[in-house]
Amino acid sequence: MDRSEPIRTDMVIVGAGPVGLFAVFEAGLLGLRCHLVDNLDKPGGQCAELYPDKPIYDIPAIPVCTGQELIDRLMEQIRPFEPTFHLRQMAQTLERAEGGGWRLTTSAGTVFEAPVVVIAAGAGCFVPRRLPLPEAERFEGRSLFYAVRRRADFAGRRILVAGGGDSALDWLLTLEPEAEEIALVHRRDQFRAAPDSVARMRELVNAGRVRLIIGQIAGLEGEDGELEAVRIRTREGEVRHACDRLLAFYGLKMELGPLAHWGLELHEGLIRVDTEAFETNLPGVFAIGDICWYPGKLKLILSGFHEGALMAQKAFRYCRPEEKLVFRYTTSSTELQKRLGVRA
Amino acid sequence: MTIRVYVTDREGQLHELEAEPGWTLMEVIREAGLPIEAACGGCCACATCHVYVDEEWLARLEEPSDDENAMLDEAFEVQDNSRLACQIRLDERLSGIRVTLAPEF
Repeated sequence: MDRSEPIRTDMVIVGAGPVGLFAVFEAGLLGLRCHLVDNLDKPGGQCAELYPDKPIYDIPAIPVCTGQELIDRLMEQIRPFEPTFHLRQMAQTLERAEGGGWRLTTSAGTVFEAPVVVIAAGAGCFVPRRLPLPEAERFEGRSLFYAVRRRADFAGRRILVAGGGDSALDWLLTLEPEAEEIALVHRRDQFRAAPDSVARMRELVNAGRVRLIIGQIAGLEGEDGELEAVRIRTREGEVRHACDRLLAFYGLKMELGPLAHWGLELHEGLIRVDTEAFETNLPGVFAIGDICWYPGKLKLILSGFHEGALMAQKAFRYCRPEEKLVFRYTTSSTELQKRLGVRA
Repeated sequence: MTIRVYVTDREGQLHELEAEPGWTLMEVIREAGLPIEAACGGCCACATCHVYVDEEWLARLEEPSDDENAMLDEAFEVQDNSRLACQIRLDERLSGIRVTLAPEF
């Protein structure tokens, strides 16, 4: 796609968690087309990333479902409205579009122009948890990485991988054949990664091809962003491990990110909205779900669903100022049933 | 009965908090307005309610679950007395417990 040509649509939703997904449904019933932006590699937000297997008991009419089941059901429910997902990218800037509406640009360079922007970003976007050492910044992107973007950066290197989960072990096993040497540092001799990966790692350790260090990273050494050694605190004291690449996997954290600078009125780190339409201080920009604040706000998924329904009513007026909005029920309206694809 | 909890914040200030039986330690700390992120809301899915439990109280707690240990893998400055506050359910036997907030990252 030509990146200079913006995607024109009715509604851009920032965040593909449960509330963002249900907003697609409410907007879709009114005939509005939606695009969603999310920094994760899949829809679902916290439900899919933090607690896919944990039970949720407070969704109306669903006595129990897991986080992932809730997302799967929402994805099925919004399928008729054919939303477009733009994943692995963060909503970066928001500015007024020429001729009205909003222009939103993502970290991947995708540009949207739409009369309505809906922020359903939960607790913010998921980003890798950075190494909390003052010197880390000097090495980040040069010899310290939180993800593998280009494998060539690691070939023939002396690599240290940190972490005990699937990301850490998968990359350890993938990079082992092409590394000059490779080591794994983890705080305990137990790993939550898939048992098969752990078994393969242990084999490589026994074969002398991977060095396993039980401890926690205490410091980084090197010049001009080039890592020379990592200091590791172990039970037996501090050790100095020589290496020139560090790949650290300490999970993801959530942060408000770029939208903190969009000129939105905030209340203790959340976006202040009205309770009629969940609109922010910027006309046509709405906030729903955990990220919005109003007196009495509860951070419940069901509250976010309600907020999305009311938001869609006002969003319609921005998207279709010439048209009249008639309130209808899915039970009785042939028009809504056509949109849902259950009636020809 | 009211349960007393003593929390040392990251500036070294000691806070005496009161809790009802059945609350988690994270909830007491959060309701008191102390800076504990508790991003996942208490379902043991993050490591942002990391605390250090005073040695004398540590042995009175149940052992951390596999889930809790797995989440502690994503924390920093983990020590032998590290726990996730959302996984410590308070009852009267724990009245007087002393903990320190771990550094925030």
